[in-house]
Amino acid sequence: MNWKNLVAAAILATLPFAAGAVEPDEVLDDPVLEARARGISKVLRCLVCRSENIDNSNAGVARDLRLLVRERLTTGDTDEEVIDYIRARFGDYVLLKPPFKPETYVLWLAPAALMLIGGIGVIGILRKSGGTKVVNELDDDEKRIVAEILASEKKERV
Amino acid sequence: MIPETGQFALALALAAALVQSILPMLGAARGNLLWMRSARSSSIAQLVLIGISFVALMRSFVVSDFTVLNVVENSNSLKPMLFKVAGTWGSHEGSLLLWVLILAIFGAGVALFGSNIPDALKARTLSVQAWISTGFLSFLLLTSNPFARVFPPPLDGNDLNPLLQDLGLAMHPPLLYFGYVGFSIVFSFAVAALIEGRVDAAWARWVRPWTLVAWMSLTAGIALGSWWAYYELGWGGWWFWDPVENVSFMPWLLGTALLHSAIVTEKRGAFKSWTILLAILTFSLSLLGTFIVRSGLLTSVHAFAVDPERGLYILGLLAITIGGSLTLYAWRAPAMEGGGLFTPISREAGLLVNNLLLATATATVLFGTLYPLVLEAVTGDKISVGPPFFNATFIPIMLPLVVMMGIGPFLSWKRTDLKGVFQRLRFLAVLMGLAGLATWYVLRGGPVLAYLSVAIAIWLLLATLREWTVRIRLLDVPMSESIRRARNLPRASHGMTMAHVGLAIAMFGFVGSSAWKSEEIVFVQPGSIIEIAGFDVRFDGVEQVRGPNYVADRGTLTVSREGEFVTTLYPERRSYPVAQSRTTESAIRSTLAGDLYASLAEPASETASDQGAWTLRILYEPLVFFIWMGSIMMIFGGGLSLSDRRLRVGAPRRAIKSKIAATPAE
Repeated sequence: MNWKNLVAAAILATLPFAAGAVEPDEVLDDPVLEARARGISKVLRCLVCRSENIDNSNAGVARDLRLLVRERLTTGDTDEEVIDYIRARFGDYVLLKPPFKPETYVLWLAPAALMLIGGIGVIGILRKSGGTKVVNELDDDEKRIVAEILASEKKERV
Repeated sequence: MIPETGQFALALALAAALVQSILPMLGAARGNLLWMRSARSSSIAQLVLIGISFVALMRSFVVSDFTVLNVVENSNSLKPMLFKVAGTWGSHEGSLLLWVLILAIFGAGVALFGSNIPDALKARTLSVQAWISTGFLSFLLLTSNPFARVFPPPLDGNDLNPLLQDLGLAMHPPLLYFGYVGFSIVFSFAVAALIEGRVDAAWARWVRPWTLVAWMSLTAGIALGSWWAYYELGWGGWWFWDPVENVSFMPWLLGTALLHSAIVTEKRGAFKSWTILLAILTFSLSLLGTFIVRSGLLTSVHAFAVDPERGLYILGLLAITIGGSLTLYAWRAPAMEGGGLFTPISREAGLLVNNLLLATATATVLFGTLYPLVLEAVTGDKISVGPPFFNATFIPIMLPLVVMMGIGPFLSWKRTDLKGVFQRLRFLAVLMGLAGLATWYVLRGGPVLAYLSVAIAIWLLLATLREWTVRIRLLDVPMSESIRRARNLPRASHGMTMAHVGLAIAMFGFVGSSAWKSEEIVFVQPGSIIEIAGFDVRFDGVEQVRGPNYVADRGTLTVSREGEFVTTLYPERRSYPVAQSRTTESAIRSTLAGDLYASLAEPASETASDQGAWTLRILYEPLVFFIWMGSIMMIFGGGLSLSDRRLRVGAPRRAIKSKIAATPAE
């Protein structure tokens, strides 16, 4: 594969393919069940696409998965059971929300950890900057400006 | 001959960039004014030369010169003229040329309009800008020549990817690049300040307009991309948390933080080293975005290894730029003293929290985007990080930020009486709660988070407007006095109000269109009627139409409401024979209340198509128009702020503030 093709492939892959997705013949008669199916479809990845869920994808594999989801739902599975069933067959890669496991601890905990570290930093800055030594006096520049304004107002009055 | 001229101009531009990299910097170190001021000529020379090169490439596209490989691969003689022009930046080579052109525009912009900037700082800034320019021009010339010829020339070209043949997407890259590359000049200012060892209020004020320009363009670029995805992809979604979207969103988030922290540096002389760090990181994220999209890394980790020449070159540039600037930062920044003391309840503190939340949000998006790549490269383990992850992590960070946005503008510098602020906002808080409950009462369905978000958006809207009325003392004083006050208010202040209100408005759109959309996917035959959100949509059939470089199946939908005709929609499915691909063109009826959105999928099935049955997807997305309206308001707010008199003429004299200024490290 030469570079040109690679770039073309990259650009194509970055553009989600238009169209299709859920087709009418897949839709379940029970609207509640169908809504659940759509919800589940949105958290499952189309395995042959790049960052697309099976709900949006028009790939054959995605359709098969959508039908599988609906089949499990009609047999009475809960949402979690359906997702677990599919995860057991296709691995964690199929989940758009990665599971919380040792490999993803860093991913899941990073935002909170950063917030915590940043928060401690902010508190540190606030204590250093403010603390008990509250600055409510004017600095020299401001004193000068105030003096100028007062002086000019005096002049106006005169 | 003309393509060769273009290539030659690029080589000359590289020479100019090389001179500019060294001479002004040396001049600034030795106090040689002539050398410093050479940056002006070389910046303009770069702009002219790269401009010539860009025009040469554009000409090749316009006249369909199929002796140029780039044109063959990305154009076709039948392609409409607009997309021939847009084809100039449709390819890897062309988009890089656009990248360096914008880099040169910003460099020349500082050289021409930065007359109030001291010579030494300007010389150093332009030299740093030339370093970036040198890196990318050599990348272009060595690995991605946009003017490569092909022999024998083919009769016609391969056409541009049809998805890209669209006005929205044709304009998307220039705006996005203006944003990305606009942060380069802020970066150059930051590095120059580090070299000088001096950051003060004046510095922050010089940097502010450039940050604003970059931020506005990036906002416009992202909004346009989002709008394009909305109408072109046929799903009715406007944000997919796709890595390509994320890499443009990260510099936006951090750039927003930069915009706010620079205000503190300008007004209070505080947060100096933090502002510098943000400037460096924002541009680094822009570079990362360029690198990630251009290297093929997103397709797969392995794709990168197949032909690593270009990827490694950009990776090298990235490492030098980010590594070098951060090392310089680590070395020089500690010497910068923060000025301006403040208490924990003050505008400074509020903006500090704003920055904390924005930086954390950026890091979250960064982790979500890169983690799967890193994990696969390190352990071979494949995971997916998609919208559910980002919704679970990003939104909880952003909502408190929006709450803070309502309070922040009420805080005054240095110290604030929190009680007074609460007294002013108490009433609004009650109003927000009531509005949230009212929404729930009317709509019922939908997730709790949606009601919470609506309430918070209302909060932001009311608090922002309240702050504005407090400033002009609306109703407290005679109307004429209020108008006078509004006129005297700095434009930047109106700009803030406008931009914050814009975000509140956009939030209504985000929530409305995701939480309360309705959808029908059905087989239709001529005469079928679909009911959705109070509309009756009648399918009248499909006919074949012919465009310049495509053929299309065009459906006709007659929309009525309670028997009254509303509109006719024509969704299309286009087929591009040369590019061998298809696109959907959705038909949308946009109103303030919501969009009726129709897209046509393939004929239902082979047997059914004989009877004229098609798959039709109809969506009703409430308030989606608010997203675009809010985005435009945010951009307009930035523009108002940019037009502030203080930024245009208020050349701040450095001497006044020099007491607060950081002492040079030397």
